[in-house]
Amino acid sequence: MLKCRTVWKKLAPLARTSSTLCRQNVRKAGLNNGRIPTHVPTAHMSSGLPGGGGDNLKYALLVGAASIGGVAYAYHTMKGDQQRYQARITELSSRSQKAAAKESVTPIQPQPPAVENTETKATTEPKPEAAPSSQEPSPPASGTEAVATSETTELPPAVGSTPASLKLPSHAPYLLLGGGTASFAAARSIRARDPGAKVLIVTDEPDLPYMRPPLSKELWFSDDPSVTETLRFKQWNGKERSIYFQPPSFYINPEELDSVENGGVAVLTGKKVVHMDVRGNKVKLDDDTEISYDKCLIATGGVPRNLQVIERAGEEVMKRTTLFRKIEDFRSLDKVSRNVKSITIIGGGFLGSELACALGRRSTESDLEVIQMFPEKGNMGKVLPEYLSNWTTEKVKKEGVKVLSEALVKSVTYKDDKLEIHLKDGRLVKTDHIVTAVGLEPNVDLAKSGGLEVDSDFGGYRVNAELQARSNIWVAGDAACFYDIRLGRRRVEHHDHAVVSGRLAGENMTGANKPYWHQSMFWSDLGPDVGYEAIGIVDSSLPTVGVFAKATAKDTPKAATEESGTGIRSESETEDTATSAVASVTPAPVVENKDDYGKGVIFYLRDKVVVGIILWNVFNRMPVARKIIKDGEEHADLNEVAKLFNIHED
Amino acid sequence: MIYLKYSLFHTTGKDTIIFVTKEDHAAPSTAELVEEDPNDPFEERGLILPNGEINWNCPCLGGMASGPCGTEFKDAFSCFHYSKEEVKGSDCLEQFRSMQECMQRYPELYPQEDEKSPSETPKDSESTDALDENSTSASDQDSDTKQANTES
Repeated sequence: MLKCRTVWKKLAPLARTSSTLCRQNVRKAGLNNGRIPTHVPTAHMSSGLPGGGGDNLKYALLVGAASIGGVAYAYHTMKGDQQRYQARITELSSRSQKAAAKESVTPIQPQPPAVENTETKATTEPKPEAAPSSQEPSPPASGTEAVATSETTELPPAVGSTPASLKLPSHAPYLLLGGGTASFAAARSIRARDPGAKVLIVTDEPDLPYMRPPLSKELWFSDDPSVTETLRFKQWNGKERSIYFQPPSFYINPEELDSVENGGVAVLTGKKVVHMDVRGNKVKLDDDTEISYDKCLIATGGVPRNLQVIERAGEEVMKRTTLFRKIEDFRSLDKVSRNVKSITIIGGGFLGSELACALGRRSTESDLEVIQMFPEKGNMGKVLPEYLSNWTTEKVKKEGVKVLSEALVKSVTYKDDKLEIHLKDGRLVKTDHIVTAVGLEPNVDLAKSGGLEVDSDFGGYRVNAELQARSNIWVAGDAACFYDIRLGRRRVEHHDHAVVSGRLAGENMTGANKPYWHQSMFWSDLGPDVGYEAIGIVDSSLPTVGVFAKATAKDTPKAATEESGTGIRSESETEDTATSAVASVTPAPVVENKDDYGKGVIFYLRDKVVVGIILWNVFNRMPVARKIIKDGEEHADLNEVAKLFNIHED
Repeated sequence: MIYLKYSLFHTTGKDTIIFVTKEDHAAPSTAELVEEDPNDPFEERGLILPNGEINWNCPCLGGMASGPCGTEFKDAFSCFHYSKEEVKGSDCLEQFRSMQECMQRYPELYPQEDEKSPSETPKDSESTDALDENSTSASDQDSDTKQANTES
């Protein structure tokens, strides 16, 4: 606008001079027809040009053309603006009609950032456009783009063009951040205790709440070729179910949350919470929508960790790396496993070992090579005592996995269409795809804005025994570092803990004020031979006492190690040792691998108190284990405690 | 039994292994467990709380009390629970009817299997409730343990 004025001002003197010249020349030329006036009043300026009539004509033409061009351009632009203005008005009115046709929330979310940038410009545009006559040529040029883009994308409902009944709720009595297991458990708990409760779950995933364990276990063993679509698996009782906790009909639409009579659970997918205002009791989403709450639960879980060497290795390596956690990771890894020749899993914990066994089983059908590498000496090296970890590693190998223990990755490169993993000890592994299972980074994004404490030892939000972080804010699941009255401050990343803590948080959000008391358990299966359940603190650095059932001729435990040819085969040996090792217990710290750790109980001790128990191929005894941990007593003879489990029975 | 102290034997010898035969474990255990407090406020409860009320949050109920028909279910079941009639629940037909009506609107959630009385519905739910099978409740057996056996 100003630019034009300055330009015009600069042009003005030039225009004046050229116009006066023009007039002068015309007078001279025109009035010299016929008679020559003897006395012509000299009206010429001192700056008159000494040119002839031809030059003046050229100037006349130039000025004329320029002015005509300018007028034409201005007119064209005005018209264009008017057209665009009309189009925008019609678009707005048609949009409100569309919205009235009860669409679901998701289409209204396209490209929120783009809309954000243009929205401010767009709202100012209509005003100048309403008075096109006062418009100057150049400004609309910059504004038109904004108008154009805002016409093509839909504005968020906050603009107010959509009817109020279809807006996202601006307030949720119970707001749950995160749509995983803990959140769902809390939602159920709240609904059970507060009749007619209105619960809103906000998740950045596109899926409704689902359970994670089958993603690395049961789903891989399904015979159904469409399992990646259906996500259904067979349970222990033979019945099939989906990994989703509930079908979509269980939930209500977020827009209906305010109006529904008996309340319900609504899930808002694809939205991330970016800011938390604790004083104002509200959160802000990534599309700038604000939702206020009465009670809020943070159950945002975490993201899989990656190795720094892989992150630095470049795009080609990252493209061929899977960080396994969500449904989409399962789908992509399933696809990958059918199309490559070799997969390497880095990590020897629960997830890594389970995936290795699952893929290992698949390798028997195809010629897929499955490699697993980790820094520890054996699978589950941080959980199981060394002898058991070694035994388990042998089992994993039997599942068709090439296990590389004591392997530290130095670098990863992409060469000749293969990934090359260089280990610190010099070994080189060539593979097609990498799966990283090296732990979870708990999500503490809201700590800063919410003023929430983060635990430096365990990570995650620091909460008290009642899972409360601050007034009206609770945290549950993987992201919660809580105070366990019996076992001390800890953070647990297991499914059952998510259920237990989610349920407890829900109870406390409805006024229960109960501390974490019911100890959660976890389980893992590594092939048909190894299945165990555990409870409490199960850390291999603690002293352990393992009580195993000595295999006798009559014994046929589920975990019979028929192929491995361990001690159970040689009857003479078992009968021999059976007579000598009766009730008296001789501490034998190191046992040869020939011994069969078919089934038994392992106690983890801290200051002589049992803080953790593993039930090794022994099932249905978790309540006993839970009781022992809860008591927190010092037991003089753990063999006596082991008797409570009846490990010899099935 | 000799305990190897954690502080002394840090790396080796900290793990004790015992093999026992069935006979070894034949005699009853002498381990002492702390007596349970029936009124412990922190404990997880079964379906019926110590004060006689229904524990709607019992894992055994699955999603019945929290779903779209939760209110109807609670009304019907409460009526049944407190019913003093000779035929228990015979004065609750209205509530059961509206519960059934509601459930018919969500066949996905409440598959119409054979006639179920409310006393049976909690445990015989159509599919094992995902939250139930992996966590334990005080009164129920550990169905979570069977989850572990899936592949065998």
